[in-house]
Parts: sequence; structure tokens; C-alpha cells
Amino acid sequence: MADNDKAHDKQVDEVTGTETTGHSWDGIKELDTPLPRWWLTIFYGTIVFAIVYTILYPAWPLVNSATGGVLGWNSRTAIQEAMAEREAQNADLIEGIKTSSVSKVVADDSLRQYAIAAGRAAFKVNCVQCHGSGAEGGPGYPNLNDDDWLWGGTPEAIETTLMHGIRYVQDDETRISEMPAFGRDGILERAQIQDVAWYVRKLSGQSAEADAAARGEAIYADNCAACHGENGEGLQDLGAPALNDAIWLYGGTHADIVAQVTAPRHGVMPAWGDRLGETTVKELAVYVHSLGGGVSADEMAAAQ
Amino acid sequence: MRNHVEAFGLAIATLAVFIAAAFAQDAGFQTHAWVLFFVLAIATLILLNRIEFGDSKMIPFKTNGGASGAATATAAASTAVAYQDDVVRYGVIATAFWGIVGFLVGVVAASQLAWPEFNLEPWFNFGRVRPLHTSAVIFAFGGNALITTSFYIVQRTTRARLWGGGLPWFVFWGYQLFIVLAATGYLLGITQSREYAEPEWYVDLWLTIVWVAYLAVFVGTLVKRKEPHIYVANWFFLSFIVTVAMLHVVNNLAVPVSLMGAKSYSAFSGVQDALTQWWYGHNAVGFFLTAGFLGMMYYFIPKQANRPVYSYRLSIIHFWALIFLYIWAGPHHLHYTALPDWAQTLGMVFSIMLWMPSWGGMINGLMTLSGAWDKLRTDPVLRMLVISVAFYGMSTFEGPMMSIKGVNALSHYTDWTIGHVHSGALGWNGMISFGALYFLTPRLWNRERLYSMRLVNWHFWLATLGIVLYAAVMWVSGITQGLMWREYGPDGYLVYSFAETVAAMHPYYVLRTLGGLLYLAGALIMGFNLYKTIRGDLREEAPMGGRSPSLQAAE
Repeated sequence: MADNDKAHDKQVDEVTGTETTGHSWDGIKELDTPLPRWWLTIFYGTIVFAIVYTILYPAWPLVNSATGGVLGWNSRTAIQEAMAEREAQNADLIEGIKTSSVSKVVADDSLRQYAIAAGRAAFKVNCVQCHGSGAEGGPGYPNLNDDDWLWGGTPEAIETTLMHGIRYVQDDETRISEMPAFGRDGILERAQIQDVAWYVRKLSGQSAEADAAARGEAIYADNCAACHGENGEGLQDLGAPALNDAIWLYGGTHADIVAQVTAPRHGVMPAWGDRLGETTVKELAVYVHSLGGGVSADEMAAAQ
Repeated sequence: MRNHVEAFGLAIATLAVFIAAAFAQDAGFQTHAWVLFFVLAIATLILLNRIEFGDSKMIPFKTNGGASGAATATAAASTAVAYQDDVVRYGVIATAFWGIVGFLVGVVAASQLAWPEFNLEPWFNFGRVRPLHTSAVIFAFGGNALITTSFYIVQRTTRARLWGGGLPWFVFWGYQLFIVLAATGYLLGITQSREYAEPEWYVDLWLTIVWVAYLAVFVGTLVKRKEPHIYVANWFFLSFIVTVAMLHVVNNLAVPVSLMGAKSYSAFSGVQDALTQWWYGHNAVGFFLTAGFLGMMYYFIPKQANRPVYSYRLSIIHFWALIFLYIWAGPHHLHYTALPDWAQTLGMVFSIMLWMPSWGGMINGLMTLSGAWDKLRTDPVLRMLVISVAFYGMSTFEGPMMSIKGVNALSHYTDWTIGHVHSGALGWNGMISFGALYFLTPRLWNRERLYSMRLVNWHFWLATLGIVLYAAVMWVSGITQGLMWREYGPDGYLVYSFAETVAAMHPYYVLRTLGGLLYLAGALIMGFNLYKTIRGDLREEAPMGGRSPSLQAAE
């Protein structure tokens, strides 16, 4: 065929002045351009780099191991050294936190600052899933920035909550409390629950139906005051929330309160002592205490 | 009689699948068997309708040699061979179809990341939609583009009809069946959790059969070629087919729990399993998305530019360097993991050495335009092919750079990686496939030209803007993410929680969805343009580039 006859006919391309190889496929020809010099130079350069790098660092596999590299670097010791260096740098602070009570850490400026940094890091890994990345909480998960504490807001109380959890039955020292299901278990009539819910709204300074709230006052005194306090101030020993403020765990509308009185929900917090260790728990306690709602040193002294 | 063997074979397979559905050991496998049963049953019915009895000769092949030859100087050569182009026509339609499906699913997945409400449980949550998207674009769109163009190119460059009689049809339909099984499997929750190799053992076995048939068709055609030499595009296609076969078989070695159940366990464990997976995963990029598509580049660019390939020597050197070096680069996906240091080092240095061999393809693509650069102004199809090579060059520089351990420490696991693969996939693989579809459609259907060149131009700009937006946004978001993850305070503790880094990504995820929408819009315009072209419509429009003042003066 005509094409085949020309197959090894090396023509010169007019535009570039380069010879073709003489091959042709479906009209496609190839120029016989030499390799670009810059291309070849960089290619050789990367090969030289590769050879040098594999001499410096662990690279070539042998029978049972691999060449270690003349720099003696390996990732395992590199990370161990970096960690050891940082631990040595902060050894005094870590030791100080380990050997002091949480209140002492809070009272000591340098220990507190370090514990807050460490606690914030641990919080962002372990706590944000429920309490939110700003510790702002959510329905059923307490906000840790306010001064309303279910089980106490002193550094020690927070530490206890962290160590043993709440209603976390796997931990022997966990704290458990349960609000009776006034509606589901038939302790109160539906109408009574409606009334007591209006009274609770009144306690917290929200708008309420006056007549219903008045009827609810007596019901509250008989059924609720034992735990939540006569004026709704709550009782931290039992984890009974204060009802006289605008902070609500499960919502503060009339319907929310009715739902909670009828069939209460109870949150569970895991015990972190075994998982994170005492020091990290202390750091977490200091951090949470620092968020703004922790009970202050003066208040602690007054309490003691 | 024609089609009777195929029809009875399918009928028996349908029955077998029906029995498999009855004895299925788990719900996923059972549903999957039902899906397969209905697909096969419908295919059987269609084939039964088409059985031709008696001696009626086969319908003569609609050869297009004359049409494609008219555009080139080799009319005499190509008319001599009756090419198997029917399967290529089906392939063109399948490529465009799966492309649009894949991009659409990509937009859905991107929306799910920006607005979690779009996660529709359980079938359309992100965990199932994401592999649906990656497999749809890589294997359905990219795979069909590769099979289709390789069937077209190997016939033209060897001047031989596809080998194997009906075997190319088996490859085409078998591959579509693989896609349907893979896609329905993901939505049903059937996965072996290996990235880009999610289908379970029975789908893997089916793909292996199809792939061996593909190899046979390709090699058979090469063997009976009428050209003395094998064109460089075919080297790349052959290396792609052979290597993908090897990667697929080794990475999917697994023991099924039951022959009537979907679940299987990998033959490897621990870090060996991870390394096998990334040896596969990286070379899926290397041989599927790079070598195979370079085969397309080496045909369509010189054809569309009507210029000789820039350097034969470069094509040889960069081909062998590329396929030798690529296969060792996989460990860079496992930097700073349990993988031994020595393997990480080798993964990194082989990736760096891969830079120039990759760029060899870019040089040969771009420099082939010497003397034809002016055509870019008037030919949006050529522009599409050229920008694909530009994106190829960019992402094959970015890849080696990201494999350097210091860079990887920042980029790994972040959106930077997502941006990188998308500048490669949307820019390189997508654009060159679009160019190929625009090249093939008028020739395969004997049309004078495409329905509209101005719509190609619209597609070009929508797609380019979409990619630029997508890649730029992912760079910013990826680097932000990487820096936030590793930001330490003065006391040596991390500053940000993971949730805070997720919140910081939100605006970028919205913009990324917009980039994807632009790209999808371009593909829809392409679908319309190809449909009109196939129908034989021609849009009356001023030719591209006609607005330049000198040309107007000439009018």
C-alpha cells in the first residue's frame, strides 16, 4: 500500500524543521525531536536526590530488616524524643499537678495556667461530643459556662463528677439519683401536673397562669420541695436541679416541664478516671472550673 | 441463527441467579441477587426478541472508514478495513451517560458535606453515596471512556478490525453489568471497605472475567495489526489493561464467608493489608487514570491539531520510566502510619522521581501543538484537549510534592488531597474524555460536524471555572484544616477540637458544591450537544473566533 511504502520515509516537518521517524498511524506522524535538556536534567536530579535520600534515611529492605540510614533517624524514636523533651520542659508543672489537690492547683497561678491548657486539650478530644466545643451544652447536656451546677461547682466536686461519672453504674462510686415519674407512675393526676408545671414557671420568674400556679404551689410543696427546695433552689447532694433560675436542662416551656414531670429523662455521664488517669481528670476539673461558672475561692472559703 | 447461544446462556444465568436469591445467606446478597435477576431477565427477553432464524445474512456493518478517513489523509487505508464501530457508538453514549450520573452524585455528596440534612438514611447517606460517586466517575465514566476510545484507536492505528467476533460486545455489556452491581451494592451497604475497590468478591470475580476478555480483544487486535509498528497510544492502553488486571486480582484476594453471602475477608491483615490496598489505590490512579488516558491523549491531540507528535524518543523514555516508577509509589499514602520507615522512604523517593516521567506526557501533548497554537482560538475541542494536559501537568507536579513527608504531614487526611484528585480527575480525565467524545461523535455517526461548537465553548468555560473554583477552595480549606489540626499552644497542647475544624470548613464546602454544579452544568450541555449531533441536527451559528476584527474586515 501507498502508506506502507512511505512507512520509513523520513520527511522533514516544515514548521519545526525536525525530521519525522518515518512511521505513520492513521495519519499521525512522530517527530524525532531529542529529549528536552531541561527535562533530562531535572529527571537525573530527582534520581540523585532519591539516591542521597535513601542513603540518609531508612530505605532499602534487607532479609530481616532494612538499611537504617546514616543519619540514624527513625520515626519511633523521633516521636519519643519529641514527647520526652516536652515532658521534661513541663516536668515541674506536671509533678505539681499530680501531687496537689485540685483546689491547690486552682490557687497556684502557674499550675492553674498549665492545667487549663492541658484540660482544654483533653476537653476538646473527650468532652465536646456531648458538652459542645464551647462547653455550651445542649438539651440534656449541661452547659458548663454558667454558675448552675447539678452536682456541685467546686474544683473537688467537678473532679468527683469526672472521676466517677453520673448514673454510670459500671463505677462503684458513681452518684445516682432519680426523679420519680409522677405522671407515668400515677403519683399525680394530669391536671395536677399541669398546675405544678405552671408553679415551676412562676418559681423561675417566667410568665405563668396565676390560678393554676396557685393550685400548683401546694402540690409542689408536697411532692417536689424535698429535693428541689422550698423555693426551687435545688440540692446538689442529690443532683436535683435548681428551678428558680432561667437555666434548663430539658427546656423551660410549660410543655417541657410537664414532659419532665410526667416521665423524667436522666442523663448519664461516663466515669473518666480509669480512662484518662487522675492527672488529666484534675486538669479537666481545673479547666471546667475556669470556664466562668466555677465557684470562686472566696465562696469556697465561705462554704467551709 | 444469530443470538441464540447468547440468549440461552443468559437464560441459564438468570435461573442460576434466581436460585442464588433463594439460598442467599444474608439480606444484602439476596437483594443483590434480585437486582441481577431482573437485569439478566430483561436482557434475556431483549435478546430472545432479536434471535434471527434461517439463513438471513447479518446486517452489514455500518463502517465509518470513509467518514473518518475523509478528515485525514489515510482514507485509502481505513476504508480497506470494516471496523467494529457499533460497540464504540454504544460506548460513547455510555460514557456521556455515566459521566453525567457520576457528576450528579458528586454534587449530592458535596451537598451532604455542606448540609447534613441531605443524608437520607440508610441508602443515601454520605458513607454510601461517596463510593457511588467515586466508582461512577472513575470506573463507569472513566472506564467506559477508556474501553470506548481504546477500541476506536486500536482499530485505526493497527488498521485491523477488533479481534474476537462478539467478544467486544461481551466486554461492553459485561462492564455495564459490573457497574450496575457495584452501584446497587454500595447503596445496599455491601462493601469490602477498600477505597476504589469496594465491590465484594462476586462482583470482583465478574470484573476479572470481563477484564480478561478486554485484554484478549486488545491483544488479539494488536497481533493481527496491519501496521509494522505499535503506536505509542497502544503501549499505554496495553500497560493500563495488564496492570489493572494484576492490581485488581491481588488487592481483592479474599475468602467469602459463604458462597451465597456477600461478606468476605481479605487475604491480608494489618499493615500488609493497608499497603496492598494503597499499592492498588495509587496504581489505579497511575494506570487507570494516567497511563490509559495518556493513550487517549496520544491519539486525539495529534489528530485534532493535525500535527505530528512532538518527540518519539520522549514518548519511549517517559513511557518506560512512568510504568517502572509508578508501581513503587503507593506507600506515600501511608506516611506516618504503622508502615515501616523504609517503605515510607521508598514511596516518597519513587514519587519524586515520577515527576519528570509524568511531565514527559505533558510536553509531548503541548509541544505537539507547535505550529498549530492558532487553532486554539477557533477550535474549542482542541482547547479542551489542551487544558486537560495543562491540568495533568499541574496535578502530576502537585502529587510528587504532596508525597514529600514534610508536605504530607500537613496535607494528609485534609481536603487538599480532595482538591488534588479533583484537579486531576475533573481537569485531566474529564476534559480529555469530553474532547474525545466531541471528536468521536460526528465521525461515528457520519455527521458533518458537531451540532454546535459554541455549546462546546460553553461547556469548556463552565467546566474550567468549576474546576478552578473547586481546586482553589479545597486548597484553602485543606491547608486551613491541616494547620488547625496541628496548632499547639505555648504549653504544648492542641488548640482546636475536631468539631471546630469541621465548623471552619462549612463555607468552603458550600463553594465546592457550587464548583461541582458548574462542572455538572457543562456536562449536561455536552449531553444535549451530543444528542443533537447524533440526531443529525446542525445549529446555525457563526464560527468560533469569527469575532476578531481582522476577520470581520475581511468579510
